[in-house]
Amino acid sequence: MKRTIFRNQLLPWLLLAPQLAITFIFFLWPAAQAIRQSFLRQDAFGISTQFVGLSNFKALWNSPEYLNSLQVTAVFAVLVTVLSMGFSLLLAVAVDRTIRSSSLYTTLLVWPYAVAPAVAGILWWFIFNPTIGIMPYVLDVVGYDWNHISSKTDALALVVIASAWKQISYNFLFFVAGLQSIPASLREAAAIDGAGPVRRFFDITLPLLSPTTFFLLVVNIVYAMFDTFAVIDATTEGGPAQATNILVYKVYFDGFVGQNMGSSAAQSVVLMGIVILLTVIQFRYVEKKVAY
Amino acid sequence: MIENRPGLNLLAHLTLMLGVAIVALPVWVALVASTHTATDFMSGTIPIWPGPHLVENYARMLDAGVSTSGTPPVGTMMLNSLVMALLIACGKIAISITSAFAIVYFRFPLRNLAFWCIFITMMLPVEVRIVPTFQVVADLGLLNSYAGLSIPLIASATATFLFRQVFLTIPDELTEAARIDGAGPLKFFRDILLPLSRTNIAALFVILFIYGWNQYLWPLLITTSSDYYTIVAGIKRMADAVDGLPQWHLVMATAMLAMLPPVAVVIGMQRLFVKGLVETEK
Repeated sequence: MKRTIFRNQLLPWLLLAPQLAITFIFFLWPAAQAIRQSFLRQDAFGISTQFVGLSNFKALWNSPEYLNSLQVTAVFAVLVTVLSMGFSLLLAVAVDRTIRSSSLYTTLLVWPYAVAPAVAGILWWFIFNPTIGIMPYVLDVVGYDWNHISSKTDALALVVIASAWKQISYNFLFFVAGLQSIPASLREAAAIDGAGPVRRFFDITLPLLSPTTFFLLVVNIVYAMFDTFAVIDATTEGGPAQATNILVYKVYFDGFVGQNMGSSAAQSVVLMGIVILLTVIQFRYVEKKVAY
Repeated sequence: MIENRPGLNLLAHLTLMLGVAIVALPVWVALVASTHTATDFMSGTIPIWPGPHLVENYARMLDAGVSTSGTPPVGTMMLNSLVMALLIACGKIAISITSAFAIVYFRFPLRNLAFWCIFITMMLPVEVRIVPTFQVVADLGLLNSYAGLSIPLIASATATFLFRQVFLTIPDELTEAARIDGAGPLKFFRDILLPLSRTNIAALFVILFIYGWNQYLWPLLITTSSDYYTIVAGIKRMADAVDGLPQWHLVMATAMLAMLPPVAVVIGMQRLFVKGLVETEK
C-alpha cells in the first residue's frame, strides 16, 4: 500500500479503460455466454432454443466419450508432468555439479521454451512417422512395431513426448534456481556427517526443493491440460479412437466441428471450474510455500 | 561442490550431454530433412546428414510456398506472425502498465472490483471460452484482421501484477519529491515510473513476444483468408495438404523458419528471458 497517492478520480478510470474494456468484451461476456448456453439447448437448425436446466451437464456425465476424455486428460497430464519434471530435475542436478560449463549447458537446454507447441508436435510427428521417421526404424530393431496412426498407446506416447519435450526448459530453469537457493552449508554438514551424494540428495536436496517442486507441479498440470491443444491438433487430432482426445480438444471439436453448442458450453463451464480450482491452489498454497 | 568426486563429475557431464542431445534431436532431424529433396525420402528412412539443397528449399518456401496447400509464401506468414507478436507484446505491456499505475497510485471507488476483474482473466484461457469469444469477434467484424488477431489476447493479469509488484517497491519518497516539485500523475508516470521499470518492460517483452509468435488456436480460428495466416497456424495447414504426396523437406523448412525468430530471441537475450520468466510467475 502506498502512502503517497494522487487524488484524481477520473484519471485512474481512463488508465484502466483499455484493459477493462478488453476484459469485458473478450473475457467476461464470452464466459457469461458460455455459462448461459450451458443451460440451453438448440434445435438442429439453430432456430429455437429452450432452457433445459442441468441436462447438458447430466448428458456429459452419462457420455462415455466425455468420461473417456476425462480419463485421457488425467493420464496425459500425469505422464507429461512426471516425464518432463523428472528429466528436468536430473539435468538440473547435473548442472548444479558442474561449475565452469553450467552457463553453456543452460543455453543449450533453454531454447525449446521458444518453440511453439504446434511446431513441437510437427517435429515429433515427423521423427515418429511410421514410414520415414527414425524412431520407428530404431524401434523396429528392438522388435517394436510403432504406428501412432493406428495404435492408441503409440499415439498417446507421441503427444506425451512432444508436450513434455517442450516443457523441459521451463522446469529446468526453475529447478536450477531452486537448487541454487539451498545453502551449501547444509550439504556440507551432511557430508561431514558421512552422508554420500545419494543420501544427501534424498535427505537434504529433495525436501528443501519441495516449494519449487510443488509450484512446478501446478504449472505443469495447467500446461498439460490447456496449452497442449496445439500439440494434439497438429498431430493426432484426438485420435485414433479418441485415445488422445483431451478435454480442451473436445470442447473445440464439439463446438466448432460438431456444432453442438449446448454440450460444448457445458464442457467449457467444467473447464473453467478446473482452472479456477488450480489457480486457487496456486495462489493459496504456492504463495505460502510448502515449508520445512 | 562439497567433495571432489571425479566419477560423479564425469557422470554429470555425460548426463548433460545426453540431455542436450535429446533436446536437440527433433530440431537436428528437421534441419537435415529441410536440406534434401522429396526423392531423398523415397528410400525408406530419412538421411542423417544435411544435404545440398538448403538454400534452394528455404528460398522456395520464403517467396513462393507450396501452392497446392493453399498457404501463402512463408515470408508473408512470417510477416503476419511478426505483426501479431509485436502487437500482442506491446499491447499487453501498454495496457497493463497503465492499469497497474491506476491501481497502485490512486484511491477511487470500486478499485478492488477493477482489480478482481483483471485477476479473473487469468482463470479464463482462450481454450475454455473459444466458441463465444469467436462469436464476439465475428460480430465485431474483426475476422481476418490484425486487430482480431491481437486485441482479444492482450488483456493480461500476469503483466498487471508484475508492474504492480515493481511499483510497490518504488519508495514513496520519490513520489513525494515529485509532487513537491509540482509533477502531476502523468509526468510522474512518464519521467519516473517508466524509466525505473525499463528492464522489467524489456524482460516482459521477451516473454510476450514468444507468447504472441507461438499463438496457434486463435489465429487458426479467425483467419480464413490466406493473407492473414500466421506461420505457426499455417504450418498445420501445409502438413495436412501434403498428406497425399509428402513434401516433408518443405514442411520441415517451414518448421525451422517458424521457430527461428523466437529461439533467436531466447538465445540472444537469455538474461532478460530468464528474468522475465521468473518474474511473471510470481
